[in-house]
This record gives sequence, C-alpha cells and structure tokens, in this order.
Amino acid sequence: MTVMMDTGNRIAAKAAVMAKPEVVAAYPITPQTTLVEAIAEYVARGEYKGEYICVESEHSAMSACIGASAAGSRTFTATSSHGLLLMHEMLHWAALARLPVVMCNINRVVGPGWNIWVDENDSISQRDTGWIQFYCSSNQEIFDTVIQAFKLAEHEKIVLPVMVNLNAFILSHTSMPAEIPDQQVVDDFLGNYVPKWKLDIENPTTFGNIIGPAHYYKVRRAMQDAMLNAKKLIPQITNDWKKASGFFHGDLLEYYKCEGAEHILLSIGAIGAESKTAIDELQKAGHRIGLARVRVIRPFPTEDIIKLGKQADLIVIDRNISIGSEGALFNEVKAALYGESDAKVTGFIAGLGGKDVTYKDIETMCLKALKDKVREQQWYGLEG
Amino acid sequence: MALKDFPVDECLLQGNASCPGCPATVGLRMVLKALGKKTFLVVPACCTAVIESLYPHTSFDVPVMNIAFEAAAAGASGVEAALRQQGRSDITVAAWAGDGGTYDIGLQALSGALERGTNFIYICYNNQIYSNTGIQRSGATPYAAWTTTTVSGKTEFRKEMGEIVLAHHIPYVAQTCISYPEDLYGKIQKAKSIKGPKYIEILAPCPPGWRFSMDKTIEMGRLAVDTGAWSLWECENDVMTFNGKSKLLLEKKVARKPIEDWIKYQGRFSHLFKPERDEERLKAIEEHTDHLWERYRKCYGKI
Repeated sequence: MTVMMDTGNRIAAKAAVMAKPEVVAAYPITPQTTLVEAIAEYVARGEYKGEYICVESEHSAMSACIGASAAGSRTFTATSSHGLLLMHEMLHWAALARLPVVMCNINRVVGPGWNIWVDENDSISQRDTGWIQFYCSSNQEIFDTVIQAFKLAEHEKIVLPVMVNLNAFILSHTSMPAEIPDQQVVDDFLGNYVPKWKLDIENPTTFGNIIGPAHYYKVRRAMQDAMLNAKKLIPQITNDWKKASGFFHGDLLEYYKCEGAEHILLSIGAIGAESKTAIDELQKAGHRIGLARVRVIRPFPTEDIIKLGKQADLIVIDRNISIGSEGALFNEVKAALYGESDAKVTGFIAGLGGKDVTYKDIETMCLKALKDKVREQQWYGLEG
Repeated sequence: MALKDFPVDECLLQGNASCPGCPATVGLRMVLKALGKKTFLVVPACCTAVIESLYPHTSFDVPVMNIAFEAAAAGASGVEAALRQQGRSDITVAAWAGDGGTYDIGLQALSGALERGTNFIYICYNNQIYSNTGIQRSGATPYAAWTTTTVSGKTEFRKEMGEIVLAHHIPYVAQTCISYPEDLYGKIQKAKSIKGPKYIEILAPCPPGWRFSMDKTIEMGRLAVDTGAWSLWECENDVMTFNGKSKLLLEKKVARKPIEDWIKYQGRFSHLFKPERDEERLKAIEEHTDHLWERYRKCYGKI
C-alpha cells in the first residue's frame, strides 16, 4: 500500500491503469485532460502496457471502446460534458450491445456559454442510456469506485457499461490523499476478464443485426434485469472491496448520522461530501438530521429511498435540472416514495454553472426545509 | 488470380436478404473469398446490415460487428487494438461500409483511423446513394442524378473520395468495381498482405437506386469504367498505377466512350432525355469528365 497525494483525475488514471485494461481510447476535453495525460505518462514510462488509442473525437473514443470490448478486451475511457454528449449515441450502443466498458466522466457544465465548472446536467441527461452511474465525493472514493466499476461491469449477471462521475475541479483538479493498494490486491479482486460473448472466428456470429420487435423487447427486458441485478450486487461488490482494501464509501448510498434522524438530506457528488460538515453543524445545534449521499443513480436505489422515507422527511439538493420538470434526484425520490411513504420531500436546485455550494449554504437550505412547508423545488442562491 | 482459381469456400451464405441483382453481395462474396474465414467484419448502417438477415439468423460465416453509421473506422480501430493485445495477428479486420457511411457521416472517423495507422482494410462499396434509407443523395452521387432528395437531379458533382484518402499517404489505396472480379480480388489480397491502413473503394451499380434492370448490374459497372465515370487504380506507397481499361484511358490508348453510353440505361438520368434532351446538363457532364481525366493525366500520368 502507498499513499498517493494527487488530483481526482490522476488518481482515477492510476486506478484505471491498475485495472489493466487492454485498450484505452480517449479524446481530450477540459477538465478531463489531466486524466488522459496521466495515462499517456504511464504509457511513456512503460507502466501501462495496453493499447492507448488517441482518437479524433469522443464519438470515436466510445466506438473504439465498443470495438475493443466486442473483440473481448477490457476497456476504459474518460470524458466530460460535451464529450459525453457527443458519445450519446454510442452510450446507448455500448449498453444495448452489453459491453462492459468503464468510463470516468468529469461532471462539467454544458454550453452555451462556455463554462468549465461543475454541474451534473451532462451525466444526468444520460440516465436512460443503460449505463450504471456512480457519483464520487473524494479522491479515495474515485480510486475505489473505478476498481469496483470493472468488477461490476464484467460481472456475468450484469455485463453493462459503468460510468464513474467526479465533479469538475472540486475533485478532478484537487489534490487529496488516497491509499493505493498493492497491484496484487487489484489483480486478485478483478481477476482476468472473461467476456460473456465476443467476436470469435471459431464461432462466427453476427452481433447487432436487424432485430424484430419481439426479440428487441426481450433485449430491453434483459438490460433491465441486469440493472436490477446490479442493485443487488453493488452492496456485495463494495463489501468485497472493503475486505480487500479496507475502504468502503457506502454501497448504493452512503449513510451519515442517520440514526434517529427526523430529517434526512439526500445529495450527490461533492455536495454530498460538503453535506457531512453541514450535518455535523446542524446536529450540534440540536437538529435531528442525517445524510444519505446517493452514490448510484442507475440503477436507482428505490428500496433504500423508501426505507428513508419511512424513517424521516427528506431534503434533496440537485446540481442539475430537467428543464420543464425538476432536479433529477428530487423527481426520482418522490417517484420512489409514491404509495409507500407520506414523507415530506423538500427539493433545492443549487450550484448550477459551478456556483459554489458551501456547507453553510447546505445548512441554510436544510434549515429552510425544516421550517417551510413548500412542496415545489426551490432555487437556492439565484441572487448574487 | 483467375476467376476459376478463386476459393470455393463461401463466407457470404445463400438465403441472404439482398435485392436481386445486388452489387454489394457480388462484391462482398469476392472480398470474403479473398480475405478468408479469419476475418472480423465491422459493418455500419448500410444495406449490408439488411443483407445480414434478421436476428437470430445471419448470412455471414465470419464474425460481424455492426456499429453506428459514422463509427465503422473507429469501431474497427478498437477491434484491431484488442486483437493486437491478444496477439491475434492472424485475424484480418475489415470495415465494410457504404458511400454514405464513408464520404459523408463516417469521413471523420475514417480519416482519424487512417492517420493513426490502424492496421485494417476499410472497404467502401459505393453505390452512389443512401440506398438503405431509400435512395437519397450522398457526396458520391453524380451530377444530375435523380434521388429522392434531388428530385430534378443533383446540382453538384461528386467528390473524389479516393483522392481524399490519398492525402493520408497510407500504404495502399485502390479503386475497383464489382464488374472486374480479378481486379477486385487481387486488390483485396494485396491489401491483406500489407500492414497498416488500407482503403479500397468498389463501385457497386445498384439496380433499384440507379433505376436499371436487375440483370444489368455487371454491365453498368463495365460501362462506368469505359465511359470514365469511374476508374480502376491502385496507389501503393504513393506510387499510382491506373489499371485495365482505366490505364488505357489515362494513356489515351483508347478513346473514352461518351458518358451518355452509361447514363442512358439508368432511370435516374431519364429526365436528361425526356421529354427532350437536356443538352446543357449532358454537356456539363461530358466536360466535367474530360476535365477530370485531364487532371488525372497531369497528376498521375507518365510525363
């Protein structure tokens, strides 16, 4: 074990290289660049021995990962914002083709105008593509989640691509220590990739040809079953990793001081990390409030949310907005609770366009939720 | 290799879903004979995705990966990289795409894969239209041709995709036509023996797209070459050679037949003859073709 003091991007690159993908295909975009540059450095030093394809677009990055994965190799890529959106078609393709590609996405604002700071509209808008989606809140969690992602993606009961999201700059460019296990620990945890299907001259099969409605319907259902399997297997795999590495950041959610709480705050990503400080302060002031940081939004942790709704009223902070509707987490939390709980759910939009959200801001939102009876989602910090 | 010596093994099977007289299957049959069974085929959206037949069946006896319209070259890059890691240098990776997927939507991915030195053969079967979607104009559609999106005839001349590829200075670039099986087979075989990116374009006259009788597919290809509407050539390590009839045209050893000899059999040009001859456009086509060949002579002819 060694301690690596470095940025989220460079720690993600370290994890990716330690997972030993045979093929990495990537295209640079701010703020993902330092991640792919780090991989290039591993190539230059001979520490990464796989293929590193510097493609001419993100669409081709995902297409090349699809090709490599279909040929039976473990694959990795990374992108952000507009890059992720350019991949959109191929995100669907990778998932429908049941290819376990692993990708880091650095959550960045979508233009126009050009803004490289954090919000989560990029990945939130890709929820329906069939990718498992994780959101990290620290550099240690980034390392551990990238490793877990390969295990999950390649699990014979899942075989779906996994996206590991980390917030722009707050995580991607901020140095924090992360404990890096020995290579053997990662090797033992992941094992060799044994594809469930691949292009094979001994067994010449055509993949992705024309398919009638009846078969296609079954393909979609199989994807849904795989996602539901992932929901069951994420707790198992995160616990296995805890045994192997000592680290655990929650499974589908991370619970923080929820015991006896009458209010529970739900948040994602870096706001989730900041929320812990806010909860400490609010508890010190005598409020019975806890935190459930959502690590995974696909598959959506419906059952866990229902349990929370049966225990407490919920407060949701979204750093994203489905224009014309609501923040994604607020929307989905309420849908999960429908018919199961009468918990009051208060929603806030905060931090769009990279606007800073401090623990003080989170405290203010929580206090407002404790006091108000407002059911509509509120925009926090719009003025100024 | 003479036609009679071609391998008897078929990797494109009977009962496939192609139209009668389909040039894509004529070409693909010979391509797969030349490449053999140790071939991975990468196919973007194009007629071949239909010819493959309906899941769970297939008409191919080689592994096929379908991929999105613009993604054939990039997908093939990934396949090739994986095979290199796995030490499978015995397998040939071939992308098989139409002109829409090559000239237009897939051009960026193709250029990227060529520039990166991807060890694969990119084959474009060019039927000068988006045929799978029902005959719309592409960058390969010739001037004045009717398509469903150029109802009174295309107003622009086609681009020279082969020359765009030449600008990448890859080891092997060739143009051929389904009507010349020895030429086609030989070029595929040569491409297979060369390491690095290879590009081969095959003219594929499409009966429903060009509006001619389905028994005339081969003839339409031969006439395209005789009239200079298409040319057979190969460029190996930047050394250009025109082949067969095209070589004779380049060297002016035979006269180029008028383009009219080719287009008069095609319903897509019928508005140039009925109700009356459109002399202006017919002249423009001949002049453009003369200009094209003069340029070929300047660029690629012996000085």
